[in-house]
Amino acid sequence: MNIERLITMANDIATYFTVEPDHATAVEGVRDHLTKFWDPAMRRQLKAHLDHGGEGLNPLAREGVEKLVLPPASGS
Amino acid sequence: MLSIVEVDYGTPKATSKTTVELQIDGKTVRVPQGTSVMRAAAQAGINIPKLCASEMLDAFGSCRLCLVEIEGRKGYPASCTTPVSAGMTVSTQTPRLADLRRGVMELYISDHPLDCLTCPANGHCELQDMAGVVGLREVRYGYDGANHVYAKTPAGETNPLFVAKDESNPYFTFDPSKCIACSRCVRACDEVQGTFALTIQGRGFESKVAASQDNRFLDSECVSCGACVQACPTATLSENTLIEKGQAEHSVVTTCAYCGVGCSFRAEMKGEEVMRMVPNKDGQANHGHSCVKGRFAIGYASHPDRITTPMIRAKISDPWKVVSWDEAFSHVASEFKRLQATHGKQAVGGITSSRCTNEETYLVQKLVRAGFGNNNVDTCARVCHSPTGYGLKSTLGESAGTQDFDSIEQTDVVLVIGANPTDAHPVFGSQMKQRLRAGARLIVIDPRRIDLVRTPHIQADYHLKLKPGTNVAVLDTLAHVIVTEGLVDEAFVSARCEPEAFAKWRAFVAQDKYSPEAMEAETGVPAAAVRGAARLYATGGNGAIYYGLGVTEHAQGSTAVMGIANLAMATGNIGREGVGVNPMRGQNNVQGSCDMGSFPHEFPGYRHVSDVATRTLFEKDWGVPLLGEPGLRIPNMFEAALDGSFRGLYVEGEDIAQSDPDTQHVTAALSAMECIVVQDLFLNETAKYAHVFLPGSSFLEKDGTFTNAERRVSRVRKVMAPKAGYADWEITQKLAQAMGYPMHYSHASEIMDEIARLTPTFHGMSFDKIDQLGSVQWPCNEEHPNGTPVMHVDEFVRGKGRFMLTEYVPTSEKVNAEHPLILTTGRILSQYNVGAQTRRTANVMWHDEDRLEIHPHDAEERGIAEHDWVGIRSRSGDTVLRAMISERMQPGVVYTTFHFPGSGANVITTENSDWATNCPEYKVTAVQVTRVTQPSDWQKRFHAFSDQQQALLDQAQSADTLGQA
Ligand code: SF4
Ligand code: SF4
Ligand code: SF4
Ligand code: FES
Repeated sequence: MNIERLITMANDIATYFTVEPDHATAVEGVRDHLTKFWDPAMRRQLKAHLDHGGEGLNPLAREGVEKLVLPPASGS
Repeated sequence: MLSIVEVDYGTPKATSKTTVELQIDGKTVRVPQGTSVMRAAAQAGINIPKLCASEMLDAFGSCRLCLVEIEGRKGYPASCTTPVSAGMTVSTQTPRLADLRRGVMELYISDHPLDCLTCPANGHCELQDMAGVVGLREVRYGYDGANHVYAKTPAGETNPLFVAKDESNPYFTFDPSKCIACSRCVRACDEVQGTFALTIQGRGFESKVAASQDNRFLDSECVSCGACVQACPTATLSENTLIEKGQAEHSVVTTCAYCGVGCSFRAEMKGEEVMRMVPNKDGQANHGHSCVKGRFAIGYASHPDRITTPMIRAKISDPWKVVSWDEAFSHVASEFKRLQATHGKQAVGGITSSRCTNEETYLVQKLVRAGFGNNNVDTCARVCHSPTGYGLKSTLGESAGTQDFDSIEQTDVVLVIGANPTDAHPVFGSQMKQRLRAGARLIVIDPRRIDLVRTPHIQADYHLKLKPGTNVAVLDTLAHVIVTEGLVDEAFVSARCEPEAFAKWRAFVAQDKYSPEAMEAETGVPAAAVRGAARLYATGGNGAIYYGLGVTEHAQGSTAVMGIANLAMATGNIGREGVGVNPMRGQNNVQGSCDMGSFPHEFPGYRHVSDVATRTLFEKDWGVPLLGEPGLRIPNMFEAALDGSFRGLYVEGEDIAQSDPDTQHVTAALSAMECIVVQDLFLNETAKYAHVFLPGSSFLEKDGTFTNAERRVSRVRKVMAPKAGYADWEITQKLAQAMGYPMHYSHASEIMDEIARLTPTFHGMSFDKIDQLGSVQWPCNEEHPNGTPVMHVDEFVRGKGRFMLTEYVPTSEKVNAEHPLILTTGRILSQYNVGAQTRRTANVMWHDEDRLEIHPHDAEERGIAEHDWVGIRSRSGDTVLRAMISERMQPGVVYTTFHFPGSGANVITTENSDWATNCPEYKVTAVQVTRVTQPSDWQKRFHAFSDQQQALLDQAQSADTLGQA
């Protein structure tokens, strides 16, 4: 998928959680949101993007994506 | 004219708990205090003659036909205006009363034409009935004198009292020659609808009914709700279908398929043909009222554009080929299997719609999860109310509105934000107006001056005319005032809410940056108005919030919904009658489609797919392993289509090519797919990109249920055979079978039984239960066997209510030199959403094109005059509409509706979306507007493409006719 779009979406999510005073809770918030609502392929792509430097991701989004636990690739 | 099966008790039901006992014609009768003598008699089976009384209206006492004698009272009181009292002894039939009544009827009939046999009301006319009841045998006054009946006097001169028929309204006719000046129509328009379009002009014999300022109905204030037509006891106001076709012979209760009010109707039928739709007096959502769409705009169901045979084609540039149902099913099955074999299990998916019944939606998600083996299922609620689901679930614990509509009767302060009930939810809008006329206070938060702000006998206390995109900022300033001025309901909060979350929230909104003064420049709302509104909501008694798409369709849609829930919790305005948080749902079954598990991450009943217990339950029942990871949302599907990983889509009842934002992006995605299957009534915009067309059935052709905005599950009943042979759920079932996944339901009720079996909030639900109770509000289970009108009463569904932090983040969609105006979108009364249905009815007489509303100042700056063609350009695309200069807009903001595909409103909207749910930001797009002389390039391409697709359809149909010949 268009990585730019995924980055924007991840940043939007992180922006919501930025206001959370407890940093660990904020990071967890981002990770949980991605895990609960994003198709695994999208999560995988975003994580791969982070592994390649993660350009464009805001700081909280980076941390959230870093914490993602990915399910084994399946389905195909 | 009333329904052919309803009994009219003459005056409204009294609600008192105290009972009064009296004697009527020797019978002992017990009724609630406040009941009229007329109603008490009617409930005891004694029918007192009446003409000006109807139970939908307050008693008026003008016809003097309902006189009775009461022991110990002088004279002959009117029974409709006389309340019962204990020990009263009433006689309804005496020789004296008979004389008086005959006298009254004689006068009426002396000014009424005697063409009963050819009159549309014949067989169901109250005047005729009353003449019979009182035994009228002669009329001593001739028609030679003054009358309203004949156009000419006997001397051949023009009769000044005569008024010709008004046939301007496409759905009903006004024939003043038959009017008895009972004023039921006028009162229906005032009391029930609240439009005040009709008046009785003149006095005594001269008096006549007139639409506002003596206009024709179509040119008057009239919104064509039909309440007056239903109230009229004679043929004066009659549906045109009644005039053309005569009386219905049977009547079936069903539910409107348009908006989230979910009005209950009696489909009055002659065989398999609908004669008229009459709102059901016993309907618990609408109490006998309706709007122009539900009552009149049903002609689309029999429109010639309906497609009734399955069709397939290899490429969208090929002509359609008409095929048998079996061919169509096996074609789809083999295509989807091929795509999954080549590109992976995830390569296909399904989209269901808020227009589908619960049973249909449930089957589509079951087909996707169990049959396709993935979770790529979504619903059009994605683009309207997904933030409601997210926001209310996070704070209150359940993704639904908290109240029933009738709760507003106990409301003292109504707060409407981003909703336009009089246009989008007209029947509830009328109920809200009734309550406001009775004294409830009103706060409106909206960039536009919606009708509710000032309408007959209603004036909003506060209209916070905010800049589009600043909902969260305004909600935070309201919260700031509540917290810093000590208006929090501390007792409620400490008993009912999580203390840590509340403490965090209190500190958060108390920050200076959220004071109304600090935010004034950002929101455009004067600080004093915010303070006043906050105080009124927090301290004015029962406060109820009603919100709509003006809240959800923003980049911060979910945040705003949480902000609303925070306000309700902080002020203790939740968990009882008269208060609450009420999402106004757009389409009829938005609530139901969400409940039925059509989001990619959750099973029916809002249970996440990763929840092992739930998944095991479904795996056992459905007999297949299920995925525990969320699937693709609609916008993700488009993205995946563009990168080639998503190739096949089954769309039931939804027109994504017109209704989703950034049209050109959507059509590019559709064009990239290999097998698009559209199931619909018409060749809609999406179907123009489809490879398989499966003809669906209208709500008149199938059984099922719809769930309205108040969680009320009501029956849809089949009144005619499906035009294409199958109800929609049967089509999905056949498709599943063709894919190799067994489904064997023999009736829609069996699907509901399965839903009930697998969903805790539906455990007690069944077609039988709904038939018994009329309708049922979920949760309906062991704890609430008859359903739940008000939720979160003793505790929240999630236990303790949770305050959520709602930081205001300005949208990235900002005005600049290139795009200096903000475009926002909405809808109007006579049209419904993408308009596929309403455009195919006479409703186009009120709205035949989408216009761009622009403030006079912005228009003048650009040299734009009323009706000019204007180009609207955003960073996504451009389109051309005609201008409508309007003071309702604030300078800097323009507005349009999106009911016509050629308008291309969504060519302009962008891919921006709600952070939590990807609900598109329809309500804020930066644009430039200029005067132009020709359609946009997109529109030219659109028209060329539409013409081509129509030609491909025509070829298929003529080939089919040849084949049959
Ligand atoms: S149709 Fe409705 S709005 Fe129009 S005059 Fe009748 S009651 Fe009033
Ligand atoms: S139009 Fe019908 S309802 Fe209205 S005053 Fe005349 S008879 Fe009565
Ligand atoms: S469109 Fe809505 S308000 Fe109008 S009749 Fe249908 S359900 Fe009722
Ligand atoms: S019905 Fe009572 S006065 Fe007309």
